[in-house]
Amino acid sequence: MLAIKNIDVSYGDVQVIWDLSFEVRQGEVLALVGANGAGKSTTLKTISGILRPKRGEILFENQPIHTVEPFRLIEMGIAHVPEARRLFVEMTVEENLDMGSLKGEARKDRAATKEIVFNLFPRLRERQYQLTGTLSGGEQQMVAIARGLMAKPKLLMLDEPSLGLAPILVREIFNVINRIRQEGMTILIVEQNVKQTLAAADRAYVLENGRSILEGSGTELSNNPHVQAAYLGV
Amino acid sequence: MESFLQTLIAGVLLGGLYALIGIGMTLIMGVMKIINLAHGELMMVGMYIAFWMFAKYGIDPYLSVVIASPILFFLGIFIQKFLVNPVLKVDSILPENQVILTVGIGMVLANLATILFTSDYRSTPVSYATKAWYLSDYWNNAPIELSLSFPWTVSFVFAVVITGILWFFLSKTDTGKSIRATAQDLDAALLMGVNVKRMRVVTFGLGAGLVGAAGCLFIPIYYLYPSLGGKFTLIAFVITILGGLGSTIGAIFGGLILGIFESMTATYVGMGWAPVGRFLIFVVALIFLPGGMASLLKKKRMRK
Repeated sequence: MLAIKNIDVSYGDVQVIWDLSFEVRQGEVLALVGANGAGKSTTLKTISGILRPKRGEILFENQPIHTVEPFRLIEMGIAHVPEARRLFVEMTVEENLDMGSLKGEARKDRAATKEIVFNLFPRLRERQYQLTGTLSGGEQQMVAIARGLMAKPKLLMLDEPSLGLAPILVREIFNVINRIRQEGMTILIVEQNVKQTLAAADRAYVLENGRSILEGSGTELSNNPHVQAAYLGV
Repeated sequence: MESFLQTLIAGVLLGGLYALIGIGMTLIMGVMKIINLAHGELMMVGMYIAFWMFAKYGIDPYLSVVIASPILFFLGIFIQKFLVNPVLKVDSILPENQVILTVGIGMVLANLATILFTSDYRSTPVSYATKAWYLSDYWNNAPIELSLSFPWTVSFVFAVVITGILWFFLSKTDTGKSIRATAQDLDAALLMGVNVKRMRVVTFGLGAGLVGAAGCLFIPIYYLYPSLGGKFTLIAFVITILGGLGSTIGAIFGGLILGIFESMTATYVGMGWAPVGRFLIFVVALIFLPGGMASLLKKKRMRK
């Protein structure tokens, strides 16, 4: 569905992604795991067009998207839930959800999708007229994911959804991810929380210093000695 | 008591018009993160359009709102697209070179107006210029006498209606929400599918259109000369700071406060002191309320 082919990405003169290739298959949960600074978020930003690869190409449903204007991607079916949530804090929950469904099909189905999303996150229904800046961190993360779902994407990209949340909320977020996946949505998730992510993912790539060093199914990687030593503390 | 109430009325009427001027600058500030220092000059252009429509074709200045606003809207789009955007792309030693560009645009507009229309003072002698309502006409034994100037009131009502339409646009339509979203978080707006570049252009046009409308509302109660822009740029700037950079509601309150404060200084200190009052409130706001009215409103909302 999504194929990343040999991309190099730099911030100015500093190259952070080196010859990275991977693919996301229809209907799977693919995880990119790794430490701080491994290039995970950079990869997602490159896919969604905020950054551009210096070399290589990115194909979505066999069409190159690394030359497409970034604001067109959501219409093509890629929704990006960015790191640190990046909500519109001076807008209400409802307005944030509206912002997720500006184009095409998603705009037409706005009311229906909102209902689905509120069923997924009942707490947001209670808070729908509240400014998102006044919500707790966990609730804000729910809004961020909900806003991504409002686009009715084919591919949902989640950047560190568990960042800064209490363990019980992390579990809740992962439960939601499991429910979304059962609906058949393809998910690309980036996480530092390696253990829970590998448990939830079908396949995963381990990134270190901007290179992909390991790939395999979630269980394979959980049992890999390098992953155990470096990320799971076994 | 009588003069206090009369001053308050005059202040609120002036404040409503100031708010409309301030909102235009605030919108541009929010989305572009720059102060548009040609704002007053754009208003001057709007006023000249209203003036010539009146002088040549006898069109009432209030009707010119629907002529001047679209013209200014497209002028704003032109400025943003062909002047500001190219400058955005240039790496320069001055980080705020777009602001300096707007100063230049303002100068060009002011001097073009001087060359084309001479520096004569002009006004639109409308038939209702001195018409007013008096409280004693409606309430025979009124203990105090208050008056309400007809053109001032009409201008105020127009300003309120335009602000209301703008509020509806910004809070209820997708395009309006996209403008607010772009102001709050540009990258996130881009991820939501907002064409950020187009939003910038539209916002500049909208800001220019609003101040063009304000120009039409000002000309029946004011006079016009080519260099009047600078004064109104400063007023809009004070309102934007007073309101809290980029906050529309803040700008409305900022405009009202400035209008009331100015007319109070004019009554109780002296006509010539009104600009002093304006800048006094500006300095006070910078020292004691650097976040502007927006920060006060936010605090109140948080407490709830």
